[in-house]
Amino acid sequence: MITIDCLGRRCPLPVIALARRIREVEVGDVVRVLADDPAAANDIPAWCRMKDQEFLGSPEPDAFDVRRVS
Amino acid sequence: MEDTAVPEGARAYLDAATAAPLHPVAREALLAALADGWADPDRLYADGRRARRLLEAAQAATAESLGVRPDELSFWPSGTAAVHAAVLGGLAGRERAGRTLVHSAIEHSAVLHAAARHGDAAEVGVDLLGRLDLDGWRAAVQRPGVALASLISASHEVGTVQPVAAAAEACAEAGVPLFVDAAQSAGHAEIPPGWSLLSASAHKWGGPPGVGVLVVRKGTRWRSPYPGDDLYRPRPQGAPDLPAIVAAAASLRAAMAEAATEAVRLSALVERIRETVRGKVPDVEVVGDPVQRLPHLVTFSCLYVDGEALLHALDRRGFAVSSGSSCTASTLRPSHVLEAMGVLSHGNVRVSLHRGTTEADVDRFLAVLPGLVAEIRAEAGM
Repeated sequence: MITIDCLGRRCPLPVIALARRIREVEVGDVVRVLADDPAAANDIPAWCRMKDQEFLGSPEPDAFDVRRVS
Repeated sequence: MEDTAVPEGARAYLDAATAAPLHPVAREALLAALADGWADPDRLYADGRRARRLLEAAQAATAESLGVRPDELSFWPSGTAAVHAAVLGGLAGRERAGRTLVHSAIEHSAVLHAAARHGDAAEVGVDLLGRLDLDGWRAAVQRPGVALASLISASHEVGTVQPVAAAAEACAEAGVPLFVDAAQSAGHAEIPPGWSLLSASAHKWGGPPGVGVLVVRKGTRWRSPYPGDDLYRPRPQGAPDLPAIVAAAASLRAAMAEAATEAVRLSALVERIRETVRGKVPDVEVVGDPVQRLPHLVTFSCLYVDGEALLHALDRRGFAVSSGSSCTASTLRPSHVLEAMGVLSHGNVRVSLHRGTTEADVDRFLAVLPGLVAEIRAEAGM
C-alpha cells in the first residue's frame, strides 16, 4: 500500500494525485489518499466509479482507501 | 488588459437558471407600470386605487397562469423570500401537528437554511440520477410529528424532474401539506397538482429580479413567521415593487404561451450538448436524468478540472455558465446536490438555455469546450 499525502490541497488535486499514483501499484493493491478538502469524500468514490476502481471506504477521518482493480 | 478572445457580438449567456434575460414583454410592462404603478396600492385616493388595480390584475394573471385562485397567491421580494415564507409559515401553521420538516436532499439552499432556523428536519435522499427516493419519502412523511414536507419540482443544479405527483399522494395519505419549490419549472414545464404551497421566482422565467411568488392553497394552514403582520393571508411587509410585479405577471403569461414550443427547441439543444460533451470530452460525467429532466438545463463534471478555472476560461471565450464545484461557491463545500447524488463535484458546469439561445450559440460552445478542458488538464499535468 502507498499513501498519498494531499492534506491541505484543494480539489481536484487529491483526485489528480490518485489518478497518477495508482499506476505505481499492482492490480489488487491499495492506495490510501490523505485529503482534508471537503470535496474529497465525495469525489474520490465518484472517481472510482467513473474509472472502474474499487473504493474501500474511509478508515479514519481524511483518509480514503482505493483498490486498483484494472 | 481587456481579454480579446471574444469576437464582437459573440457572447452567449448560458446561465438562465440563475437569471434569465428579461423577456421583451417584461420590459414593456415594466416601463408602462413605472409610469402608472408608483403609488402605494393600500391608499384610497385615485393614484393608490390605480396602483391597486394594477396589483390585482397582476395577481389575477399570475394566478391564472399557475392555475390557482388570485386570493391564494402573494408576491414577495424574491424567490428566496417566498421559499422562506412557505417553509417557516407552513411549519408555524402546523405547530400543533408537529415540528418536523421532511425535505429532499436536493432542495435549494433557501429551504435548507429555513429548515436549519426551525430545527427539526428529516432529509430524504436521491439516487445517482438525482431522483427522489420515493419509498424513503413515504416512510418519512408517515412518521409522527411531521408538520410539512418540501420537494423541489426539478433540480436547479442538474435538471432532474422530481416525482411531485407521487410525493404529493404520499403526503395526502399522511395528512401532511406539501410545499413545492417550482423556481425552475414555472414558465418552463408542467407542475403536477397535489401540493399545498408553491413558490416561484420571476427572474427564472424572464421576469425582473426581485419578485417571488407564493401560493398557499385554500384550507392550508399558514401563519406568518414575521413580525407585524395581522393580515389573514400571506403577504410580505412593506410596499411591493409594483412595476416589477406587473412585469413578472406579463412575462409569465408570455413565457407559458411559448413554453411548449421552446421546450421542444431547447430540449433538442440540451440533447445535443449531452451527446457532444460525452463524445468529445474524455473523462466526463453528464449528470442528472437523461429523460425526466427540465428542457433547458444540463450539467456535467469533468475529471481533473478545476471548476473555477473552466468557468473563467469559458467566460474569456464569451460563455456565461455556472458551476456547483466548491471553489466557485461562496463556501468551500461542494454542492450539496452533487454530493447527495454521489456524482463528481469538481470540474462541474451547469448550462441553462433561454428563449434567446440559438443553435449557433450552442455549437460555438461545443466547439470551444473540449479544447479548454484539455488545456486545463494539461496545465495540471493530466
